[in-house]
Amino acid sequence: MSRASRAGRRERRAGEPVGGALPAWVHVPAAAGLLLVLVPLVAIVARVDWPRFGELVTSPSSLAALRLSLLTATASTACCLLLGVPMALVLARGSFPGLRVLRSVVLLPLVLPPVVGGLALLYALGRRGLLAPALEVLGVRIAFSTAAVVLAQTFVALPFLVLSAEGALRTAGQRHERVAATLGARPGRVLTRVTLPLVAPGLASGAVLAFARSLGEFGATLTFAGSLEGVTRTLPLEVYLQRESDPDAAVALALVLVAVSVVVVVGVRGREGRGSP
Amino acid sequence: MSAARRRAPVAAALTALLAGLIAGCGAAAAPDGDTLTVFAAASLQEVFTEVAEDFERDHPGVDVALSSAGSADLATQVLEGAPADVFASADEATMARVAGAGLVAGEPEVFATNVLTVATPAGNPAGVTSLADLARPGLAVVVCAPQVPCGAAARRVQEAAGVALTPVSEESSVTDVLGKVTTGQADAGLVYATDVARAGDAVTAVPLPEAAGAVNTCPVAALRDAADPALAAEFVEAVTGEAGRAALAAAGFGVPAA
Repeated sequence: MSRASRAGRRERRAGEPVGGALPAWVHVPAAAGLLLVLVPLVAIVARVDWPRFGELVTSPSSLAALRLSLLTATASTACCLLLGVPMALVLARGSFPGLRVLRSVVLLPLVLPPVVGGLALLYALGRRGLLAPALEVLGVRIAFSTAAVVLAQTFVALPFLVLSAEGALRTAGQRHERVAATLGARPGRVLTRVTLPLVAPGLASGAVLAFARSLGEFGATLTFAGSLEGVTRTLPLEVYLQRESDPDAAVALALVLVAVSVVVVVGVRGREGRGSP
Repeated sequence: MSAARRRAPVAAALTALLAGLIAGCGAAAAPDGDTLTVFAAASLQEVFTEVAEDFERDHPGVDVALSSAGSADLATQVLEGAPADVFASADEATMARVAGAGLVAGEPEVFATNVLTVATPAGNPAGVTSLADLARPGLAVVVCAPQVPCGAAARRVQEAAGVALTPVSEESSVTDVLGKVTTGQADAGLVYATDVARAGDAVTAVPLPEAAGAVNTCPVAALRDAADPALAAEFVEAVTGEAGRAALAAAGFGVPAA
């Protein structure tokens, strides 16, 4: 991120030294903060049992967790797109009383501890939850299923997509939409031919963030879905369990999650850097 | 003023700041002579809170800091150098990890036993009557994962009884199993007898005669690096002594003959 934003600043004030306007002392707490993030990551890399790394991350339980994590995170991202894009459209373009309250509600899972989110899901969709009678009639049993994992991940990841999409919609503005409308395009056509293509990069960033958040989901999954190999035990839950008996395997899997996170962050920030004015 | 000329003092200041931070945090975490840090398995939390209160009363000026978590978690923390004075585990295998690393002072002492039982939501809505019953198709049964003490015991009980369960979830701690049962998500779960006693009316227990073949023994030990070895040894005595035994028995633990 820093490289991209620095490049942007350089463009605006050509010739000025980088960070020239900052007092020197600012760098001290900034560097301390950077170290706080960096040192633990270096420590985990240093702990990896490299000769056994391949064997540890390809054990049957590790592969099952990896497969399940990729599957559920992909499904959750799809759910986030299906639900989140319309939500962002309403939040960005709608005008009705209570919109601000609505936005706060939508963003709540962002600040809620995931374990609380898991409990909330449990009391809504669990076997004795608010919607249990309706689910019973439909013959749907969510508890302890992969669907529960996807629900938990969607719950925590949705705000990331809504925020990104809403931001992109506001930045894009409504000029092109108005022009298309005056040329006779119906709202549906304006949406699919003008609005969505305009905000596609923002949606992509949001989807990647939602995917990453889903991949890392732990608290809500553990509370709401349980932990069973191949069904509900995703990568973070596998790390949590392995840590008890085989710390080497936990560290190896943790590194896989770190690597995925790095790819995601670099991907999203790189895109943002290019896109910003 | 170039940034390069400033770099040296900045680096010095940074080092000082970090050193200060680490020293500050370290000082806050390190036990002084008057604090006894006790690591106790999650299932022991209530009893140890009682024992700690008695201990503080008998030792004016001493503050017992109790840290409760899964045994395996606590053992890992001790192995990673956590400043603990006493460690009480929910099974001997976990204590052996700490003792094997040479971190125990003297020999760990067994002070209590715990057996598994079947916990069902209040009123036993699924009508579970035995361990074999838990293998019934369509029944949502939750157990601990084999990697943790209660899961290891669950596996031994199944082997002893010749029953193979297909749980819908294998949790990382016995409290998570209990949570799935009390909220009614699971029809039944294998937990310690003491957990059922602790949960009160929220769960109904189904007797599990097979559990006698898989008793977990809880050992306690003063740790080698205890800040005050004499005080740590005294706490171990308090646990294994008369008052400790009474508190353990009241909570539903088995207490070995003195």
